[in-house]
Amino acid sequence: MSAQQNALAAPRQGLNMRRFLDDWVMVLAALGIFALSAIFIDNFLSPLNMRGLGLAISTVGIAACTMLFCLASGHFDLSVGSVIACAGVVAAVVMRDTESVMLGVSAALAMGLVVGLINGIVIAKLRINALIATLATMQIVRGLAYIFSDGKAVGVMQEEFFLYGNGSLLGVPVPILITILCFVFFGWLLNYTTYGRNTMAIGGNQEAALLAGVNVDRTKIIIFAVHGLVGALAGVVLASRMTSGQPMIGQGFELTVISACVLGGVSLSGGIGRIRHVIAGVLILAIIENAMNLKNIDTFYQYVIRGTILLLAVIIDQLKQR
Amino acid sequence: MLQHVNSGDSLRFNGIGKTFPGVRALSEISFEARPGSVHALMGENGAGKSTLLKILGGAYAPSSGDLKIGPRTLVFRSAGESIASGVAVIHQELHLVPEMSVAENLMLGHMPSRFGVVNRRAMQQQARELLKGLADEIDPATRLGNLSLGQRQLVEIAKAMSRNAHVIAFDEPTSSLSAREIERLMAIIGRLRDEGRVVLYVSHRMEEIFRICDAVTVFKDGRFIRTFEDMGALSHDELVTCMVGRDIQDIYNYRPREQQGEALRVEGLLGHGLQVPVSFSVSRGEVLGFFGLVGAGRTELLRLLAGLAPHKAGTVQLDGQTLKLRSARDAIASGVLLCPEDRKKEGIVPLGSVAENINIGARGRNARLGCLVQGRWERENADRQIRALNIKTPSPDQQIVYLSGGNQQKVILGRWLSMPMKVLLLDEPTRGIDIGAKAEIYQIIHDLAASGIAVIVVSSDLMEVIGISDRILVMSEGAITGEVTRDQAEESCLLQLALPRTRG
Repeated sequence: MSAQQNALAAPRQGLNMRRFLDDWVMVLAALGIFALSAIFIDNFLSPLNMRGLGLAISTVGIAACTMLFCLASGHFDLSVGSVIACAGVVAAVVMRDTESVMLGVSAALAMGLVVGLINGIVIAKLRINALIATLATMQIVRGLAYIFSDGKAVGVMQEEFFLYGNGSLLGVPVPILITILCFVFFGWLLNYTTYGRNTMAIGGNQEAALLAGVNVDRTKIIIFAVHGLVGALAGVVLASRMTSGQPMIGQGFELTVISACVLGGVSLSGGIGRIRHVIAGVLILAIIENAMNLKNIDTFYQYVIRGTILLLAVIIDQLKQR
Repeated sequence: MLQHVNSGDSLRFNGIGKTFPGVRALSEISFEARPGSVHALMGENGAGKSTLLKILGGAYAPSSGDLKIGPRTLVFRSAGESIASGVAVIHQELHLVPEMSVAENLMLGHMPSRFGVVNRRAMQQQARELLKGLADEIDPATRLGNLSLGQRQLVEIAKAMSRNAHVIAFDEPTSSLSAREIERLMAIIGRLRDEGRVVLYVSHRMEEIFRICDAVTVFKDGRFIRTFEDMGALSHDELVTCMVGRDIQDIYNYRPREQQGEALRVEGLLGHGLQVPVSFSVSRGEVLGFFGLVGAGRTELLRLLAGLAPHKAGTVQLDGQTLKLRSARDAIASGVLLCPEDRKKEGIVPLGSVAENINIGARGRNARLGCLVQGRWERENADRQIRALNIKTPSPDQQIVYLSGGNQQKVILGRWLSMPMKVLLLDEPTRGIDIGAKAEIYQIIHDLAASGIAVIVVSSDLMEVIGISDRILVMSEGAITGEVTRDQAEESCLLQLALPRTRG
């Protein structure tokens, strides 16, 4: 018995350090990149640029919070880019026709919720692969955005609507506030609610979760429904910033969101994911993009650099697990 | 590809050690396995046998020490290096692709081809050659997934032999084989030995060890304990005592219990895997054993009771109330809890911690406002179960995959003990678990029954069923073929009832 205890009491000091690094390495990397940019790039720390950086983080950051839940449960959602565009269009069209901001925002959020519910039900109940299911809704919803808007940007006249995108509280722009609230709320949701823990268990081993009494189907449907709703929220904020609903925006946005999550350390195969991974991934992508813009690096090269960083990050992650 | 393997070479382990995060799996393992002999590795689960085989197969790099095959000193950094040095390890989980044909599996990595186009005929021909004498009846064109587990094992062995490996290691090869397949495997192992190869053999089954092995090395807690070279002078009890480190006269530790009235009554139940309506009942405080051969329908019966498969006819009553069993959640809500046969696939969440795996079931009913996780309650509950069930883990936060099979099983029991339980369904509760942990699990089963829970145990281990059950039902071909009370239970009569016979 005591021999057994001794055998198990292997070196733990090194383990804790290792675990700490595993958990925080991407956050440290984000801070490092921030520090380097601050030192080497003029105007990086200027209030105007910081505000721009914050706004750049906001749309991806909001959508990444719930993408984290999709990925942690072992799925993903490709329809979020279309949902963002369609939400902006729906909000703008409803406001144009009813002149009610309240109704416009509600309609946009309801649209997102319905798309998410459809995704969730098709994936959980009909057992359709998430790639195919959300690839289909991605195209359907994009099409609807064009249909509702007649293919053109729909302008918004209501002043109160611009509060979501251009307002500020205590000097902090509202989109940034919403993003921070999302990080806190969804981080808490993942760690401290049965819904969050069940999400992790489903991603870790769906069969075991089912046998342990977790309501797997319902949890999955909620994951996608919430993701649809939050995607629509990001779309409303974006439309408010641009003062119009544009059916063509957000193409490829879903891949940026997934890249940010994976870059931060969320596992594509499910079961591993924390909100700090998401924050780190979103920050790294945004800071690098911002730095490249300040340095006037050609957009064409920016694609190559972003792709390379993502590839390096996942390779490092893979090596770490050996 | 094969490097200078001489048939007279022996295999030596030189101070092999392996450390995982938080666990020292092996330390200072040194012993020699001679050519032309079958060398058994024994020890409780978690003793380090499988880890040693993984090091031999190149799946893990050792933290210290090295291997010697003949005069060559080796440390394998990959499976490829191990194979190139003439080693074949046949793991418990077979490394085969179920969707491909037998021939493709056998020739994987070196299919006969021209400009990348596979020559199917040559491949089938070569595959047939490889199977000759081993499993002539297997058609190389069959999809591997259509073969029985035993046949797949033979394919894996054929694959190992195709590389003309000098060292062949078997990790619990007989755990999923039928009696006939075991006979064939024994003959093959005998042949490998006579050809002068080094055969390593890991098994928990004593009769196999005494039958085919020429030497036994015993491990405990990741340490080398002793090698017995003279099997003739070694007694069964001596070996067990060496493994467990204590005498175990009666690991089942059965004591009579008071039965407190009927708990579960099953009437005319029909569903997937059952050919004839099944009826039986089990009382509070009773341990009801289900014995039968693999495929007799016992696992399917438990899955029906656990709500995992829909029943086509019949009723299940608990305390006089008819249960609705449309999902696992229905069964769990009624207090009917299942510990599944395949722990890895259906039991544990491998990425999760021990505490996470204990609390996953009870979390929902202890959450505040239906959704807020009670952190303190969960920590206390995890500590309580770890203590109560003697789960060996450095901390509740340890990832569960680093625990041995027996301790993983105890974690799943702890999960159910955290919840209201009326009927406990155990499917092969001690499969792949060492003797020490088995005894602990039998004790837990006894205590649960004594506290008024109805326990149903499905097992293919005859001694176990007889040892722990108050009453035994035997199943064969999807039907209950007999009922035997504890005092009448005899191996021969149970086996007789379990054997398939053609019904008129």
